[in-house]
Amino acid sequence: MEVFLQQLINGLTLGSIYGLIAIGYTMVFGIIGMVNFAHGDVFMLSAFIALIFFMLVTAVIGTGAGMIMLALIVVLFLAMFFTSLWNWTIERVAYRPLRGSFRLAPLISAIGMSIFLTNFVQVVQGPRNKSVPPMLNSSITLIDSATYSVSISYKQIVIIVTTAVLLGVFWYIVQKTPLGRAQRACEQDRKMAGLLGIDVDRTISITFVMGAALAAVAGVMYLVLYGVVNFADGFTPGVKAFTAAVLGGIGSLPGAVIGGLLIGLIEVMWSAYFTIDYKDVAAFCILAVVLVFMPSGILGRPEVEKV
Amino acid sequence: MATPVSAPAARQANMMAALKEAAFAALITFGLCIPIIAWGTRQNLDNVLVLDPRWDTVAWAVAIVFVGRFLMALRQQKKGEGRTIVRILPHGTFARLQGHSRLFSLVGLGFLITFPIIAITLAGWGGALKWIDNFGVQILIYVMLGWGLNIVVGLAGLLDLGYVAFYAVGAYSYALLAKNFGLSFWILLPMAGILAAFWGMLLGFPVLRLRGDYLAIVTLAFGEIIRLVLVNWVDFSGGYAGISGIPRPTFFGIPFTAADNGFAAVFGLEFSPLYRTIFLYYVILCLALLTAFVTLRLRRLPVGRAWEALREDEIACRSLGINTTNTKLTAFSLGAMFGGFAGSFFAARQGFISPESFVFMESAVILAIVVLGGMGSLWGCAIAATAMIGGTELLRELEWLKVIFGADFDPTKYRMLIFGFAMVVIMIWKPRGLISTREPTAFIKEKKAISADLVQEGHG
Amino acid sequence: MTTAPLLKVEHLTMRFGGLTAVNDLSFEARKGDITALIGPNGAGKTTVFNCITGFYKPTEGMITLTQDNGDSYLLERMPDFRISWKAKVARTFQNIRLFGGMTVLENLLIAQHNPLMIASGFTFLGVLGIGGYKAREQQAIDKAAFWLEKINLLDRADDPAADLPYGDQRRLEIARAMCTDPVLLCLDEPAAGLNPRESHDLNTLLLSIRKEMGTALLLIEHDMSVVMEISDHVVVLDYGTKIADGTPAQVKADPKVIAAYLGVDDEEVEKVEAEVGLQ
Repeated sequence: MEVFLQQLINGLTLGSIYGLIAIGYTMVFGIIGMVNFAHGDVFMLSAFIALIFFMLVTAVIGTGAGMIMLALIVVLFLAMFFTSLWNWTIERVAYRPLRGSFRLAPLISAIGMSIFLTNFVQVVQGPRNKSVPPMLNSSITLIDSATYSVSISYKQIVIIVTTAVLLGVFWYIVQKTPLGRAQRACEQDRKMAGLLGIDVDRTISITFVMGAALAAVAGVMYLVLYGVVNFADGFTPGVKAFTAAVLGGIGSLPGAVIGGLLIGLIEVMWSAYFTIDYKDVAAFCILAVVLVFMPSGILGRPEVEKV
Repeated sequence: MATPVSAPAARQANMMAALKEAAFAALITFGLCIPIIAWGTRQNLDNVLVLDPRWDTVAWAVAIVFVGRFLMALRQQKKGEGRTIVRILPHGTFARLQGHSRLFSLVGLGFLITFPIIAITLAGWGGALKWIDNFGVQILIYVMLGWGLNIVVGLAGLLDLGYVAFYAVGAYSYALLAKNFGLSFWILLPMAGILAAFWGMLLGFPVLRLRGDYLAIVTLAFGEIIRLVLVNWVDFSGGYAGISGIPRPTFFGIPFTAADNGFAAVFGLEFSPLYRTIFLYYVILCLALLTAFVTLRLRRLPVGRAWEALREDEIACRSLGINTTNTKLTAFSLGAMFGGFAGSFFAARQGFISPESFVFMESAVILAIVVLGGMGSLWGCAIAATAMIGGTELLRELEWLKVIFGADFDPTKYRMLIFGFAMVVIMIWKPRGLISTREPTAFIKEKKAISADLVQEGHG
Repeated sequence: MTTAPLLKVEHLTMRFGGLTAVNDLSFEARKGDITALIGPNGAGKTTVFNCITGFYKPTEGMITLTQDNGDSYLLERMPDFRISWKAKVARTFQNIRLFGGMTVLENLLIAQHNPLMIASGFTFLGVLGIGGYKAREQQAIDKAAFWLEKINLLDRADDPAADLPYGDQRRLEIARAMCTDPVLLCLDEPAAGLNPRESHDLNTLLLSIRKEMGTALLLIEHDMSVVMEISDHVVVLDYGTKIADGTPAQVKADPKVIAAYLGVDDEEVEKVEAEVGLQ
């Protein structure tokens, strides 16, 4: 029971990160019907951006007790901004010219972009693991039994709380603002939205920017959680987050979060109770099984074949 | 044509507009560069991460983008409105080349058959090895893989991101069976193909009814699953360490060794490692040509026509009595079979295989070859494979650039970077691929090439 | 008339979630007849078609097709491609579904996929070049040429189908369906978007198909001139339920039919009134 509780906490932490990335996939898929293959790499890039800023900021304000929190907040916003700039540019350069082109073109372009980003980071930052000094190490013990104590570390609290708060803000933007309305309109029918005076290009750009901002949050959290990042770290979390998006029902925002949490939990539980070697195999198997047997996911709308 | 604005004024306005665009692009580039290029991270001697400022690199990047965007803007203005795509070759170049496809095929075939001789003549016995092996064999492997995947993606329109899995099945089948049972290359080659086709069917059956991009992701998942199993199931596959000491192919029983019963000795020649390479070259050439031959034949058979119809409209196919599941499955497993052939050849050539050779990136490269070449076009695949694989191999030859960029400049580091970038650029430049016409499979009066712009891609 | 009905639809019901698109529909289509299925927009006509041709599995009901030789097929139990291949029911689509990037001829050859597949020894013999595939393919091309002649498109046989004007595409789709040798041809709004001249040509084509091939036709149509002119038997649907069934003359006079059209759409009301002669 204690083991389970501990894994639950770990799983939710990891799941928050997947959920944040998954939103980027689900939003882009919702609005332009494209699997943004490079999104995992955007996440990886954001972790690097966060790493550099973290070092710059802590060099200025030091690593005192409260300073780490302050530094993280500053880094979070800087990473969100610069990652958004990257994704905005990527959309402008690699996807926008292909809108209305044949079906596979944007996907292929995204795959090219993914390869480019991975290798770009490798070239400019080197192939080795980059680690930051451990931070926020203390933890709160929740249950202290003789055999096994369940604890939640500060970083896990930070990750879960930040994710929850930002999701709330994001939810508000999508549901209550004109921007969100424009976005949902474009999702339903892009051509009609354009005819009604919505700037479709701008809406799509903003979707990419929002997706990147959330991926950047995930990137910062990833850095906080593991303290290490590598240029190849985009692929697997990317695929897992995509799995999460599909599992939750692609196109559905709450679905992406639920899917992310589920994938995080499954991964952690699998590692705890079965074998850690096959944890990625398990994730990929889930992806295949979900796509084959319930392609509309948990919260997605089923698709009726139009004849 | 008289314009209301005088020419110099208009030119100045154009200039200003171009400058403005260039400045904007440069500003964005600067923003993009800020953290990721401006500071390099490096572990110092105490194993602590330190930052190296690199503002000179940022300045270069910004300057290059500024000039590049400026020139592009000017070029676009000259082209006039509506034409925004950069055109390097005159319109319809490839279409015209395709008009003489028979002639080109013969010339190309002649070149391929004589390539080892040409290489030896030009580079000598010592230098030819590199050309035949790194360029000849390497490119032909990818041409073959491209042609194999072309059946699945190009003809049947099924986006397969896990093709490398079948390549791996072929390679491991050969490696394990040859090592453990001592079977010969010529028996295992067809067996590897059949095993791969079987796996293709097994994996394909549940997923082929999915729509395009979902199918892509599922196949990606399968590719990764197979690779991860190979990594983790150490007893079976040797894990990360892979399998080494795989028996090399023999010339119908005669090994390519320096021994007395070796190829050189039997034929009374002086021993040279080149013989094996040349032999391998012809083996892969034959395999690739077999793939091409089968593809060309199939296109003219009902099954090939059904593939192409399926790519366009699955629902219409079903209404015409075509069993779409079977048709897709044939394409999928046939493509897998050729992947299996190529895999077993790869294992035999390398003598060593590990999961490292079967990562997703390989699938992406093969897919890129098919798509960039032009969906369904064998010529396009061959050209794209030559350009992409040959081009990246050529990077190795750019050592002399060290003189300009300093000693730690390593051109091969940029291989995949350029590769990814090229994929994006070619998609934007020619989304239909280099050869964007298809040849009809039957005709009453005359054969006219069809522009691919007319080919709609339905779901499926 | 003692012939067994070619197509017998009994108690057909189709629900999508909570929506009942077709409700307890029964009708028959006789051999050699032209049966029209009419009704206001959203009456469930295309759904009926999709059930007959196997694209949807009906929630309830039975669809029986009896061929000349007495073989009968339960269509609701067959997958779509077998309905075309075995039961010999062909169809066209409301929004034309041609293979646009393939030539007109290729479109017609794909329709002969199954016989050609057998002739090519399920590909195995064909790849090796064994067997009489070449000759069989020539036959298929001749058959395609026959149909192209009939729809006046022989000159354009080697052009991509997407290059054809709209009206020609409609006729090509019909020819393509006919290349599967159907006993029943289902046409989903064949006259939609045609000008009066093209519409007239279409009528001629449909009548000649019936006369020369003996193929029965089942058509959904909005264009009343087509319906009244060529059909032998009209079934009227409204909100998924059958409200009338009979000869064009009977249906024309049925007050329920007029009410259904009156209640729906001004444009259509005018059309029906004009046909019926109320104005």
